[in-house]
Amino acid sequence: MTSTPGSAGPTAAATPPPSEAPSRVRRFTRAERWIHRTTAALMAVCLLSAACLYVPQLAQLVGRRYLVVTAHQWSGLLLPVPFLLGLAFRAFRADLRRLNRFGPHDRDWLWAALMRRKGRRPAAKFNAGQKSYAAWLAGAVLVLLGTGLLMWFTDLTPLAWRTAATFVHDWLALATAVVVAGHIGMALGSPEARRGLRTGTVDREWAKREHPLWKP
Amino acid sequence: MSPIPYDETADETADAEASGKPVGRRIVLGMLGLGAVGLGAAPVLQRGVETIAQNDPTGLTELLPAGGGFRYYSVASSVPRKNADTYQLKIDGLVEHPATYTLDQLRALPQTRIVRDVQCVTGWRVPQTPFEGVRLSALLDAAGVHPEGRALYFTCFDGTYSESLTLHQARRDDVLVALRMRDKPLSHAHGGPARLYVAPMYFYKSAKWLSGITITDKVRPGYWEERGYDVDAWVGRSNGRGDTPTV
Repeated sequence: MTSTPGSAGPTAAATPPPSEAPSRVRRFTRAERWIHRTTAALMAVCLLSAACLYVPQLAQLVGRRYLVVTAHQWSGLLLPVPFLLGLAFRAFRADLRRLNRFGPHDRDWLWAALMRRKGRRPAAKFNAGQKSYAAWLAGAVLVLLGTGLLMWFTDLTPLAWRTAATFVHDWLALATAVVVAGHIGMALGSPEARRGLRTGTVDREWAKREHPLWKP
Repeated sequence: MSPIPYDETADETADAEASGKPVGRRIVLGMLGLGAVGLGAAPVLQRGVETIAQNDPTGLTELLPAGGGFRYYSVASSVPRKNADTYQLKIDGLVEHPATYTLDQLRALPQTRIVRDVQCVTGWRVPQTPFEGVRLSALLDAAGVHPEGRALYFTCFDGTYSESLTLHQARRDDVLVALRMRDKPLSHAHGGPARLYVAPMYFYKSAKWLSGITITDKVRPGYWEERGYDVDAWVGRSNGRGDTPTV
């Protein structure tokens, strides 16, 4: 039997019939991924420079106090900018709405997480842990920004304010470092969630398992 | 009526996501409220932390904010280490007898021990810290300051930091070239082998790693003073602060 050109190679294989749904589902738009990346980069500069100002061993290693202070101030000031620019995008605003609203299933999720129960943890696009993290961090960044500005522009307020601002800033920064470390730890444990933020899509089965109430 | 077209947001409202309580917003507002309460309660909380830190035998609290103790500040990228063989303190400018002291020569001069609080302009304070060294006035007398000499400019072997004092301030008997701290030789991290110690002023005046003293006809502002700090840095009467004076 003579084969006609193009019919014998692998390209000749019949195109499989489309399954009912593609195996990957869209989770984040390009804009959202860039908001996450730039916020993460600014947060990294902010926390690392803070560590170099605070931890004596790091301070001795790095020195350059004026430069480190400048890096810290500007990364802190710019930290909310990706969020604010992101408000121009519909998908980002929609996700903010999802993060804001807690349904009855979120209480179940939190309870299961607190009890360290393995079983069912119902979640929509974002689980209650992600929602709590997002809101806590947003509030923390605003407080850090406010107290940071009080420490930066020291002429604006009386001394007592500045000392108090330093105290709040220091302790909240420490808490933020712990919480962000937890966030990174959770991400390290979930390659598919990371893939979602890197490529924008996630595996449909993963989405069904981890976010059963999400209807992408 | 036409059928409702497919719409993602309409779909969202159908599931559990968009209809819940705005807990996220409440958490954000709650954090802002906590921040405000924290500002108000800070003086009380800070005293509590300091009390715990001072009674902590493990030293772990020094790692925490406002845990007490000294903090390491350097404006240079790296600071060379100097010892008795390599350290030199040079005195020049408007003087009769420019001089260079080795560490041993400084140690051979009469030593003065002062025990005061150390107050940093950023807020931390270390109580009753002994410093010991040569009175700056003794070095000035030995150098013989010209009549037109009005001020001192200090330089450091970190290559970057500088400080200043008026001649009148420098002649106070609580201003030292310190060689010892807490009854031990001054360590590198604390500015050793020799640093300036200006007891009545904020600690940025007490330049670490002191290597040069130049007598000038007028005050030439130091490193932080060019960046907005007060030149006359009396504790409690400068930099907009009202700390209890250290002297």
